[in-house]
Parts: sequence; structure tokens; C-alpha cells
Amino acid sequence: PAFSLFIFTIARDPLRIIILIAGAFFWLVSLLLSSLIWFIAVKASDPQDERLQKGLLIFGVMFSVLLQEAFRFLYYKLLRKAIEGLVALSEDGCSPISIQQMAYVAGVGFGLMSGAFSMINLLADALGPGTVGIHGDSQLYFLTSAFMTMVLIFLHTFWGILFFHGCEHRRWWEIAAVVIMHLTVSGLSFRNPLYVGSLVPSYLLMAAAAAWAYLLSGGSAQNLRRFLLCKC
Amino acid sequence: MTELSAHLPQFQHGQLTENFPDTHLSNTNDNSERRRHDNSERRRNDNAESETNGQPQNNVQQVVEQDEEEDEELTLKYGAKHVIMLFVPVTLCMVVVVATIKSVSFYTRKDGQLIYTPFTEETETVGQRALNSILNAAIMISVIIVMTILLVVLYKYRCYKVIHGWLIISSLLLLFFFSFIYLGEVFKTYNVAMDYITVALMIWNFGVVGMICIHWKGPLRLQQAYLIMISALMALVFIKYLPEWTAWLILAVISVYDLVAVLCPKGPLRMLVETAQERNETLFPALIYSSTMIWLVNMAEEDPEAQRKSKNSAFNKQAPASRTQNEDAEADDGGFSQEWQQQRDNRIGPIESTPESRAAVQALPSNSQTSEDPEERGVKLGLGDFIFYSVLVGKASATASGDWNTTLACFVAILIGLCLTLLLLAIFKKALPALPISITFGLVFYFATDNLVQPFMDQLAFHQFYI
Repeated sequence: PAFSLFIFTIARDPLRIIILIAGAFFWLVSLLLSSLIWFIAVKASDPQDERLQKGLLIFGVMFSVLLQEAFRFLYYKLLRKAIEGLVALSEDGCSPISIQQMAYVAGVGFGLMSGAFSMINLLADALGPGTVGIHGDSQLYFLTSAFMTMVLIFLHTFWGILFFHGCEHRRWWEIAAVVIMHLTVSGLSFRNPLYVGSLVPSYLLMAAAAAWAYLLSGGSAQNLRRFLLCKC
Repeated sequence: MTELSAHLPQFQHGQLTENFPDTHLSNTNDNSERRRHDNSERRRNDNAESETNGQPQNNVQQVVEQDEEEDEELTLKYGAKHVIMLFVPVTLCMVVVVATIKSVSFYTRKDGQLIYTPFTEETETVGQRALNSILNAAIMISVIIVMTILLVVLYKYRCYKVIHGWLIISSLLLLFFFSFIYLGEVFKTYNVAMDYITVALMIWNFGVVGMICIHWKGPLRLQQAYLIMISALMALVFIKYLPEWTAWLILAVISVYDLVAVLCPKGPLRMLVETAQERNETLFPALIYSSTMIWLVNMAEEDPEAQRKSKNSAFNKQAPASRTQNEDAEADDGGFSQEWQQQRDNRIGPIESTPESRAAVQALPSNSQTSEDPEERGVKLGLGDFIFYSVLVGKASATASGDWNTTLACFVAILIGLCLTLLLLAIFKKALPALPISITFGLVFYFATDNLVQPFMDQLAFHQFYI
């Protein structure tokens, strides 16, 4: 689904593609830094202690989430300046791409990169022979991974919109809400393989974020109804 | 070209626009003026040359006037469009290389080394290995430097025939021989039985069409496709025959060399550009990938220096001189807004050292073939750039422990580097090396992802945590 989002909404306009790639790049850099921190922490600690390793991993994840949000903020700053430039450049005084569109594209960029990194090795391994969960792990590993990744990609997209909107209107609570949501989702994923605990709340959160982003972007219940009815 | 400079800074780098708000605006004004001047120049040149070339340049002229007004609005679209026009072929080339590496095992088997890298890397100690790879890289780089200088000298003394022949032979070799090997390996991998006659027919057709497309006239898409295929083939050969550390070292040194060669006043590449500019000729059309329609001119007269091909590795093929006089005239007006030049030599055979072919990126307006189209400004990127980007990504996919993650990271890094380079191009408006920034990013990301991110992601995936 994320890929189709890409094709339908982004691939037409080259400017959006550039913003997308840059967004992916920023996510990548944040991942790099966070894994650097984790790596240092691991090296500095005892490799035999299982619980410590797991604790460090959790710490690494939390830190990474914070870093991701920080980079999203940095990217927002960059895009703000870019918009000023674009406006100055275009003749009729309005930029060819609005900040909301940028928010959307940036969110998709983040999401795609995060999803790709989460899934792609899995997919490559899935091509090969083998049975899932043969050592007593859950058999739904691939399926849940796929769903989790998808929800994460969508969440990134919505968070992008919410985050940028919060920055635009200086509503700090919106930004804080995004950060908290992100932390929550990651935290929920800690409760894997108890999939019920992690997938369902994540989807609920995603629905909430989707509705919020939709409202922020100017949609409303009437719009939605009209859109759905007109089609039929 | 001016358009590129105008809008690229805007959306590519916020910081830059901040720093140059005033200059940027004045740039725009200058740009529009310059553009008008350029347009008028072009018109005059067009008029002068329409008889000689026999090309329908007239239609461009009428379009030119309307363009000036629309140009500003279209600038942004064009600017991003140019970047995308370069993204797509680079991405395609990388995709082809990665796909081949992943599926055909021939290219990851160690079957020996090139004559240019005589020192082996399977030594007992790390120090020995390091030393060997440094020596290998040094030899390769010196070969490249010698080739570049040779090429520049030949060009300076107008030995066009030699360059012609050189390029033709190398492109012949590349098109026929390497694609034959490639096809054979692909068939082996997928266990497809094929008889020699069919293969001969296919390769013959492929090769001949390729030669025609690249050196003479042909549809733009086809020519671009051929250039991409050739770059991919070359990159695959490199990946196969260069040992590990040597390859990374070569990549690093090449980007440094590229930087030096293009920017230093006495650098060979820069001399090449300047000589071409003085002589009002196009630069090595055989070695450059171009993203827009080019007027194809009779090769024999107009492009003496058109073909520059390294033997065995014809990195750069370019539509011959289509842009010749018009663009050259434009170039004389300072139209050589941005050029990147790089030359690469690669040679697999033991016959001769490979000449380097350079890739030049030029943002020159190219005339569209239909009269109604507004002037399409094209961007040119040298084939050497394609090749080395693909080598980086291919090596990442072949030898990284992080596999797809690393490949993806390198891919994004290279694309971002390309964006940045185009941005700089727009700002500086002169020949710029396309390699350093991208390769640096790519290398950094490769090593970082492979060593740092990979263990992290593995652990996360193992526990199914999500960040």
C-alpha cells in the first residue's frame, strides 16, 4: 500500500520525489546515529548478560525514536527555508508545493525508509526455503511483521503531517503528542510475540492519527461522505 | 542552465537560500537577462547554421521568445525535472547491476584479477593486504591519469581520427564481447538452453543497433537505454575483477582525483573543457549521457572529438554532436554553465591500458525536435559517473553483511549526493565533478551501515521490535 501511495501521489511531481528521497535520507541518518550509540553501549557492556542486552536494546530503540523525531524537526526546518526560496523563485508569489504536501511527502519518505529497513531482509529471507517458527517461535512471524511494517509506514506519514502542522502553528502539544505516540508504538512492539498486545493498539493509534491528520488537512465528515457517495 | 541555477538552490538546500537571498534574486534577474542574451545568440547562430547543418533550427527560434516569459515559471518544474531526469537513469543502472549481482553468481566469483591490479589480496597478514591494495589502487589511478593526459593531448593536437578510432573500437568490444559474456552467464544461471545461431543473431543485432544509436542517430530513449546498459556492463566487470579493498580504495581515490582534475587550473579535465570551449566544439559526445533530445549532426564533420572511447570500456557514449554548433555557440556565451567531467578508463583485456573517458555533466539547453515544445534544457552526466555509482552499490550488495539494508542505504546516499552536486552546479555554473560528494556519502553510509546499523537491525528484527 505504501508503494502504491508513492506511485499515485508522488511519482508525478519531481519536486516531491526529491523531497521524498531527502526525507528518507534524514531518517537514515537518524538511524545511523542511533545505531552508533547502541553499538557503543553494547561494546562497553558485557556481551554475556542477556537481560542487559535486551535492556540496552530497549534503550537503543527509545533513543532512536527520539532521534527520529529530532530529525523530523530538522527536516521541517530545512523544508521551511526551501519553501521560502521556492516562493521567491516563482513568479506568482505562491510556492508550487504547499507545506502540507511537503509534510505528507516527508512523512511518506520517513515511513518508506523505515519500512524498507524493517522488511527487506525479511523478504529476502522469505524467498528461500524454510519453515517459519520452527524453533518454537510464533508461526505468524512474517505476517505480523508485514502488518506491523505497514502500520508503521502509515503512522510515519500521519505523524509527518501532524508534526509539521504542529510546528507551523506552534502548538507544542501536537508535537509532543506525536513523540509520545511514536514511543508508545515502539513500546508496544516490545510486547511481541504477544501479537494481540502490539498490533491491535497500533492499528487503533493509526486510525486515530489518520483521523486527526485528515481533520487537520481540512477534511471533514461531509467531505468524506460526499467523496464516497459521488463515486457511486 | 540559468534556470537550473535559479531554482535548484531553492528547494535543494534551505540553508543556501538563506545565505544568498539577495544574490539569488539578482541571480534570477541576471539569469533572465543572460538567458535572453543567450537566446538571441542562439537565434543568430541558428540562422547562420541552419544551412550548414540542414537542421530545422528555425522552429526553435520562435519558441525562444515565448519561452523567456514562461521560463521563470517553468524553471522550478524544469529544475526538479532535471534532477529526476538524472535520477531515473542512475537508478536504472544501479537496479540492473544489483539485480545481476544478486542472481548471476558469475560476477561474484573470484576468477582472477586484472592486469592492472597485479597484487593479490589473499595474503597472510592484514598489513600485507593493505599494502597490496594500496599498490593496486596506485597503479590503477596512475593508469587512469596517464590515459586522461593522453586523451587531452590527443585532443589538443587535433588527432581526432585517433580518438575516433579508439572510441569506436572500445565501444565495439563492449557492445559485442561483454554483452555476449553477460548473456551467457544469465542463461547459465537460469538454465536456459540456447543455440549458438540464435545467440549470434541476438548479439549481432544488439551490437549493431547499439553502435548506430550511440555514434550516429537514433531515438533518444534507445540511446539512453544503451548507455545505461553499457555502464552497467562496465560496472559489473569492475565488480568482478577488482578485489575488495582495492575497489574501495580506488573509489575513494578516484573521487579525490576527480575533484582535483576538474577544479585545479592545470587539471587535465579542466584543460579539456577549456580547449573545447575555445574551439567551439562539443565535448566528447561519446562519453556523456544526456537526458534530452539532441540534434544529431553528421558525425564525420562536426564531431571530430566526438568519440572518445576507452577500449574495452566505452564508458561514455553520447549522441554525437547534436548539440554542436548551437550549444557551442551558447557555450561561448558562457553557456557552459555546468560541466562535470570525469574520465574513466577501464580495461579488462591485457591489450592496452584503458583510456579514460570522462563524463561531463553539462547543463546546456538542447533544442527539442518539435517546434511547439519550449526549450528543453538538458542535463548531461558522464558515463563514468554512472559506472562508479553502480560499482559502489553493486559492491555493497555483493559483499555486505547487511545485504539489502546496506544496498538501500548506499542507494539513497548516492541519490542525495547527486542532488547536492546538481545544486552546486546550479550555484557555480561551471564544470563540476559529480563523483566526490556522492561517492563520499556512499562510502560513509556503506561502512557505517554495514558495521553499525546491521547488528542493530538484526537484533531488532530478532526480537521484533520496531523503531
